[in-house]
Amino acid sequence: MITVANLSKRYGDKLAVDSLDFTVHPGIVTGFLGPNGAGKSTTMRMIVGLDSPTSGDVTVNGSHYAEHKAPIHQVGALLEAKAVHTGRSAYNHLLAMAATTGISKQRVEEVIDLVGLREVAKKRAGGFSLGMGQRLGIASALLGDPEVVILDEPVNGLDPEGVLWIRNLLRSLAGEGRTVFVSSHLMSEMALTAEHLIVIGRGRLIADVSVAEFTASASNKSVRVRSPQATELRDLLADDDVSIASSERGLLEITGLEPADIGDRALRAGIALHELSPQQASLEEAFMELTRDAVEYHSTTTSGADAR
Amino acid sequence: MTTTLEKAAPVAAEHRPVPSNLKVTQARVVRSEWIKFRSLRSTVITMAAGAIAVIGLGLLSAAFASGTITSPDGGGGPPGGNDPTGISLNGVMLAQLIIGSLGVMMTSGEYTTGMIRSSLAAVPKRLPVLWGKAIVFAGVTFVVMLAATLVAFLGGQAILSGAGVASASLGDTGVLRAIAGSALNLTGVGLMGIALGALLRSTAGAISTLFGIVLILPGLLQLLPSSWNANIGPYLPSNAIGSFTTVQAEAGSTMLSAGAGLAVFAAWIVVLLAGAAVLLKRRDA
Repeated sequence: MITVANLSKRYGDKLAVDSLDFTVHPGIVTGFLGPNGAGKSTTMRMIVGLDSPTSGDVTVNGSHYAEHKAPIHQVGALLEAKAVHTGRSAYNHLLAMAATTGISKQRVEEVIDLVGLREVAKKRAGGFSLGMGQRLGIASALLGDPEVVILDEPVNGLDPEGVLWIRNLLRSLAGEGRTVFVSSHLMSEMALTAEHLIVIGRGRLIADVSVAEFTASASNKSVRVRSPQATELRDLLADDDVSIASSERGLLEITGLEPADIGDRALRAGIALHELSPQQASLEEAFMELTRDAVEYHSTTTSGADAR
Repeated sequence: MTTTLEKAAPVAAEHRPVPSNLKVTQARVVRSEWIKFRSLRSTVITMAAGAIAVIGLGLLSAAFASGTITSPDGGGGPPGGNDPTGISLNGVMLAQLIIGSLGVMMTSGEYTTGMIRSSLAAVPKRLPVLWGKAIVFAGVTFVVMLAATLVAFLGGQAILSGAGVASASLGDTGVLRAIAGSALNLTGVGLMGIALGALLRSTAGAISTLFGIVLILPGLLQLLPSSWNANIGPYLPSNAIGSFTTVQAEAGSTMLSAGAGLAVFAAWIVVLLAGAAVLLKRRDA
């Protein structure tokens, strides 16, 4: 279990993490979502004591990470793809990590096989591809058979087979009762892997929800209506709870009303409808909607979605 | 869009106790640092290069001093004056550069590659990592460099006496001290490098700072009024090192006694390592 309490981190005049409060529970995979620069990596670094909080507190299974007698047995973390000396082989890297806490050579061999690095284990890690580097990072994280597994963007650089492998690995780790906390900026990936979501943006907590709830709230979002009398229809339906956007003549995006309701009211008012279709927002869209105001780096060209 | 802020129901986890045999200890961190040290090809090569510099330049310098080989124009005296011990240990100066750089890379290399994050995540108390590096480095360097200085001395004296010029033997006053002192010199300069690498977290910055302190500072001091030079000079690392590695001091040099010089040199190392320890503990990795 990871407990984050009122956690803040300031770099210069930039507040990277702003009063975060959440708990990551054992037994399930918890996704940690947010746009680039939202503060995910900083939060994870604070969990394992690499950065110290400006204020607030974070504990793992009740204690600060540094106070655990066998830290890598408590928490296994993959923080960056390459936190490895480029001149050292994967095997020797793992052996050196294992030695700090008396983990056997046999366990080193085990994790090398587990992540599928057997053939390149004696090669310099500097020559590894991004995907091989990720696998080595995951091997390091699992070395101490930890109760809490923290992985920062583990699927980065992995091929589809590797992505599937990670997904199954995370689920089986959670199934063994471990706490699994995985960051990503890809909602779709998290929807497939995680059961619970912590969403942050600009260092602040945006949502702490189960994936099921998130999916439910994301679907059936708006209704697209095409009508030659769009202006009249807009006046007819306008209400405080209803938002109506129009990106082209004769086309309305209506949020807050059921399709049946719109059709019935249009009929009573004698307004012709040429299209009436419920729009299923994808999870990705729902996520973007949720974090819209919290995106750190906006692209200069955006779609016409903000024409409301 | 509204999102309910509801926490997931906690799932009961089987809480496995930490096996007591998996505690992080200083001895285990030393072992880990030893694995790191021996598993980098660059470390092994650099250490060997240091030993070759001590032995090779020592023998070359002895051959030069004995007249066995001469410079093309026949001019110039032998380096190291006419102290036979000093002549055979002439390679130590170059080895200082090599071993000093190795020390720097022990720590700066972890920062430049990102390895430091793995190291500090495994040992979150942090200081055992710095001490582990210092212990492994000092142990290996002292043993290898002592062997190198001994070989350089014995080989150099054999060349000198073979040519019939003045030579020294191990039993002569100050000779053993100079040989062991030279190994200590190299070990200490490397430890200063470890500290500077951890302080500056940059290889280039730490190497230039180290050589600035050890090699360039004494020269700069010459530019100051001579009373300053006389008061400060003996406390510089290079001059402190000279006090316990020199058998026959050059005339007119102001040097500390061997014991005081060793203490001053040790103080430089301790202060730099302490600074590195404080910042390592305090800074974000």
